[in-house]
Amino acid sequence: MEYRIERIDRGIKARCEDIYALLSLKEIAYLVFPRFFPVFAILIIPLLRSVIGEYWEKVFFLTCNLAILSISLELLLSIGLISLGQALFFGAGAYFSAIFNNYMHLPVALSIIAASVCGGIFCSILIFPASRLRGIYFTIITLCLPLFLFRIIEVTKILGGTQGISLSPIGNYYLEMYIPSVFMLTFLFGIRRLMGTDCGIIIRAIKDNEFSVMASGINVYAYKFAVILISATIGSFSGAYTAHFYQFVGMSVFSLDYSIIPLTCVLLGGSSTFGGSVLGAFLIVPVSEALRIFGTLRIVIYSAFLILVLLLLPEGIFHYIQRKYHKIERWKRI
Amino acid sequence: MEEDIILKVEGISKFFDGIKALEDVSFHVKKGEILGIIGPNGSGKTTLINIITGFLKPDKGKVFFKGKEITGMKPYKIADLGIVRSFQSVKPIYHIPAYKNVIIPLCSKRIKRLKGGKYGRRDEVAIDILEEVGFERDSKIPYKNTDELTHGYLKRLELARCIALQPEILILDEILSGMSDAEVSSTVPIIEGLNRRSVTVIMIEHRIRELFQIADRIIVLSFGKKIAEGHPKQIIRNKEVKRVYLGA
Repeated sequence: MEYRIERIDRGIKARCEDIYALLSLKEIAYLVFPRFFPVFAILIIPLLRSVIGEYWEKVFFLTCNLAILSISLELLLSIGLISLGQALFFGAGAYFSAIFNNYMHLPVALSIIAASVCGGIFCSILIFPASRLRGIYFTIITLCLPLFLFRIIEVTKILGGTQGISLSPIGNYYLEMYIPSVFMLTFLFGIRRLMGTDCGIIIRAIKDNEFSVMASGINVYAYKFAVILISATIGSFSGAYTAHFYQFVGMSVFSLDYSIIPLTCVLLGGSSTFGGSVLGAFLIVPVSEALRIFGTLRIVIYSAFLILVLLLLPEGIFHYIQRKYHKIERWKRI
Repeated sequence: MEEDIILKVEGISKFFDGIKALEDVSFHVKKGEILGIIGPNGSGKTTLINIITGFLKPDKGKVFFKGKEITGMKPYKIADLGIVRSFQSVKPIYHIPAYKNVIIPLCSKRIKRLKGGKYGRRDEVAIDILEEVGFERDSKIPYKNTDELTHGYLKRLELARCIALQPEILILDEILSGMSDAEVSSTVPIIEGLNRRSVTVIMIEHRIRELFQIADRIIVLSFGKKIAEGHPKQIIRNKEVKRVYLGA
């Protein structure tokens, strides 16, 4: 009886990346585990309320929201639009929910849904004309828009001005925790599914070679608009929900943090998989909070951590783990 | 006679920052013919194609397809009409299998319309088309990532992308350049085969010998001007063409 070493990954792949031939329960487990385990972990955290405490509940909530913003950013990146304006989506969602809830007295659930949709449409209309610009020029416009709205609210004193607006609370602890985490997972797997379809191929193709896609008789502007709309709606949802969670909307929702942190999450986690940006969010936010015990030194350690990770794993942590996981071997009888 | 003309180009001029790229170029293409466009580097051949397919707007002049003006229309709308071009520098979509590149044109509105509202099984169709241009069906090549393919295969992948759109006019921008002799001699029959299925072909080519064998008519450009037009045999004898292009 002779044996040889074989990578499990090679053994179960048939022809190309996304077709598998599974022969045993172990092989199914190999394939399902990396998808199932994170979902399980994220769903279990809110149940451990007594263990994690109120402070880390808030951190978990913030993490989920930043993960949603990162997914929204990565969707834009996957069609080749480098955005530094996630704060625009976040802020628009937050202010729309304030308008619907405080001014028009809609109930919380309706206000969140309406704010996501209106925020999505509002941001798409603002950003879409810029999508004809390439690369850094588009980035600059997206960077300017939230700062522009920030100053408009400050100067004209509309929408509460510098005072902000208060909103009604969500109320239920489990709803507060589960809605962002379940929606985050839905967006994550939904968009991963979308990117696997023919539509997803076109989206990636527009990033690689817009002209070739145009010469193939496909209206790239329609695709760009659809992607911006989805991305903006997801981002606005995050903003609308956060506004109700904190029961307050202020000008700070347009601050640069909400643009830069998602970008860092995507870079750290690794782009083009969407799992990477969620992983990035689940590393950056808790690490940044845990470092608070160091006081002023926090930013130094935090920056050193980021630099180290980006130097050692320029492809992103997700890709690194993925590669290592694919290298797991087994003995195979010949 | 007039109905035979499928594409008509009238007095096209194009300037880039005051530098003349094309000056008053006019020609027509008859249905079902193979038209060759030759000329030295920088003579405006690709600019002309870019104008016909809507990637550039001409400063002067008009383009007609089947008698309707198409000047300045968006590139995807012109492709939708059935004027399909290949690109000189092939840039496929990386990190996905080769056959998925061909799925992109199969998702277009043109194919949906031609198939009567159904797209069909795109993977199957894509692999059929790839087989037609010489990707062996039973080998691993159609499933390989595009970054692993050789230049000759990438060129033929570009041809497959164009065929997938079921063109009426196929514009090939130096499709044979960079291919090995064996690849050229297997690609030329594919183009002839398409032509027999009543696809009108416009070819820009530096491989003069192959082009002159299959072309019905040749246009010669030099410094943005059309200097000669006619049957390949006439072009070979033309003294001015010899001077500017063939180097005699």
